[in-house]
Amino acid sequence: MSRLVARDPWFRLRDLTAARIAIGRAGGSLPTHELLSLSLDHARARDAVHHPLDVGALQAGLGERGLPCMTVHSAAGDRATYLRRPDLGRRLDDASRARLRDAADERGYDLALVFADGLSAVAVERHALSVIDGLLAALGDWRLAPVVIAEQARVALGDDIGSALRARQVVMLIGERPGLSSPDSLGLYLTHAPRPGLSDADRNCISNVRPAGLVPAAAARRLDHLLRGARALGASGVALKDDFSEIGRTLD
Amino acid sequence: MAFRHTVGQASYVFDDLRSLLAKASPARAGDMLAGIAAASEEERVAARWALADVPLGHFLDEAVVPYESDEITRLILDRHDAAAFSEIAHLTVGEFREWLLADDVDDARLSRVADGLTPEMTAAVSKLMRNQDLILVASKRRVITRFRNTIGLPGRLSVRLQPNHPTDDPRGVAAAIIDGLMYGCGDAVIGVNPAGDGLAAIIGLLQLCDDIRSRFDIPTQTCVLTHVTNTLRAIEAGAPVDLVFQSIGGTEATNRSFGVDLAILAEAQQAAQALGRGTVGGNLMYFETGQGSALSADAHHGADQQTLEARAYGLARQFNPLLVNTVVGFIGPEYLYDGREIIRAGLEDHFCGKLLGLPMGCDVCYTNHAEADQNDMDNLLTLLAAAGVNFVMGVPGADDIMLNYQSTSFHDALFVRRLLGLGRAPEFERWLESIGIADSSGHLLSPVPQHPLLGLGSELGGAR
Repeated sequence: MSRLVARDPWFRLRDLTAARIAIGRAGGSLPTHELLSLSLDHARARDAVHHPLDVGALQAGLGERGLPCMTVHSAAGDRATYLRRPDLGRRLDDASRARLRDAADERGYDLALVFADGLSAVAVERHALSVIDGLLAALGDWRLAPVVIAEQARVALGDDIGSALRARQVVMLIGERPGLSSPDSLGLYLTHAPRPGLSDADRNCISNVRPAGLVPAAAARRLDHLLRGARALGASGVALKDDFSEIGRTLD
Repeated sequence: MAFRHTVGQASYVFDDLRSLLAKASPARAGDMLAGIAAASEEERVAARWALADVPLGHFLDEAVVPYESDEITRLILDRHDAAAFSEIAHLTVGEFREWLLADDVDDARLSRVADGLTPEMTAAVSKLMRNQDLILVASKRRVITRFRNTIGLPGRLSVRLQPNHPTDDPRGVAAAIIDGLMYGCGDAVIGVNPAGDGLAAIIGLLQLCDDIRSRFDIPTQTCVLTHVTNTLRAIEAGAPVDLVFQSIGGTEATNRSFGVDLAILAEAQQAAQALGRGTVGGNLMYFETGQGSALSADAHHGADQQTLEARAYGLARQFNPLLVNTVVGFIGPEYLYDGREIIRAGLEDHFCGKLLGLPMGCDVCYTNHAEADQNDMDNLLTLLAAAGVNFVMGVPGADDIMLNYQSTSFHDALFVRRLLGLGRAPEFERWLESIGIADSSGHLLSPVPQHPLLGLGSELGGAR
């Protein structure tokens, strides 16, 4: 605490919320410590938005688990384009789509998993492998497509990916819009019978996956429950009433 | 009808009013995303030259969104007041700018013509105006509304206390309310954005806010910002509802995507009015808007996002709201890319809303993927306060831990009050003095641990 700023007498209320309450004031303005704390958290959130996905580390992690993988890129060529053109982030570039079509097979996959940078590549790097560790143990004999690592991706890119792979379901594990207290929050979006042109109403979402939010193991259990529900119903989205699920804000 | 303007060798043609407005609009990401922005800076200015020559009366003949297919257009044109319009009916858009800036056009005259203006006229003239024009003209216009206090008086600025919590934890919300009140905020409304939309939780938050307000006899209003249909259900269940909140947009299809139309808004307004909870006035609707919502909902009809935003105000004024809040930077960089675009949009929205007679506030805000920071917010806050904005947000430390964006803080409100000498709603100001939070000039006192509000904190289990 500063020598010049008095502590607010209600400082113990800080135990009740992560909000920046009882932070004192210099005149009416922020104490220096609080000014710099806010700056630091904003800097981390900004860095999370612009941090490029470490594809090599994810490939290595999947390799250790014996899981084949492929890399794809959206039609948004770089981060600046991605931020301005969400429509391009929802479409594959042509080369990626062709590679995925080549990887599709006659029997079809039960599930395609996609690691997508979204608005926080850090979230995918930190939590995506933990989620699928829990999930794969639960799924058992489901026929999995190669795990797709997608750059400059929005949620709906999963529709294009799942469609090209001819997968019956797709799950996007994607970095959510970073908040100051949560630069590494992961979102999981499930779509049954993915194809271009679907809307948010056709998906189910599990959001805020991170150690301080919904922990990855719990998120994997919820996702397993949703996947089985969608398979039984033959649909995802608003039609899939899920007692495990929570309503999450969509990414875009 | 097509419009033309020639610049040197180049002749620019604009197919219709909608296209002319879009190409005249200051550059911004959303219009580029929609593919309707000017292709060059020269075309943008050529469009403004052409727009300057359009008679205001033309806006009554050519709709930007078709009359037949859009109830907002029908509302705007059907309620247009020809008598109010008569004072300015002879002007072009360019002349209208000069009329607005004239020294003898004051609050009374602006008020007199308000019902003669369509949202599209205000949007059009804003596109010819510099930021200083938007600030100066808006500053002439005071729009005053009342429920349990008086908002919008000259020399005053109100603050919405926004005590959000990621899981709607009642103790967490209450802690932020105490914090905001101790910092002298909350005269616009104590308004919670709930994380969920379950009715039981909504009613719990309504009860919590109302308990705090009534226990300390605070002359303000409370609100849980949930969908209007939830608010109707809460009213039916007997919950203490002061204000009816709803997000709205400038086209019928946008509002449909929000799950609302004119009829449901009217039904909710009547239900809340029947509760008779206002003590000094009956304004009880609280609307939020923001440029880009129509494009986001794929409901923009090829019109630019600023014109459509003004049309949302055309809808709002049907309901004599207590508060209209443009949540300017929340939507993200694909609509407003950086601090410059956010600042411009905030000034435009405030200007258009005020001309249309609305009690405009602004959530001066940005997300972490926009090219903006707190310095941009300082700039916009200062400019809007100079322009006479009715209210801004107060979020603890500017960091909304539920919605994951940054807005303005309790401290920011203190800054701008000190800088520009702005008071609070008079009833609230008297309450702050009576309960020992501020002195008679509105400056915060050093808080004592025995303060009655902190007694509530002790009951929450966090404080001593």
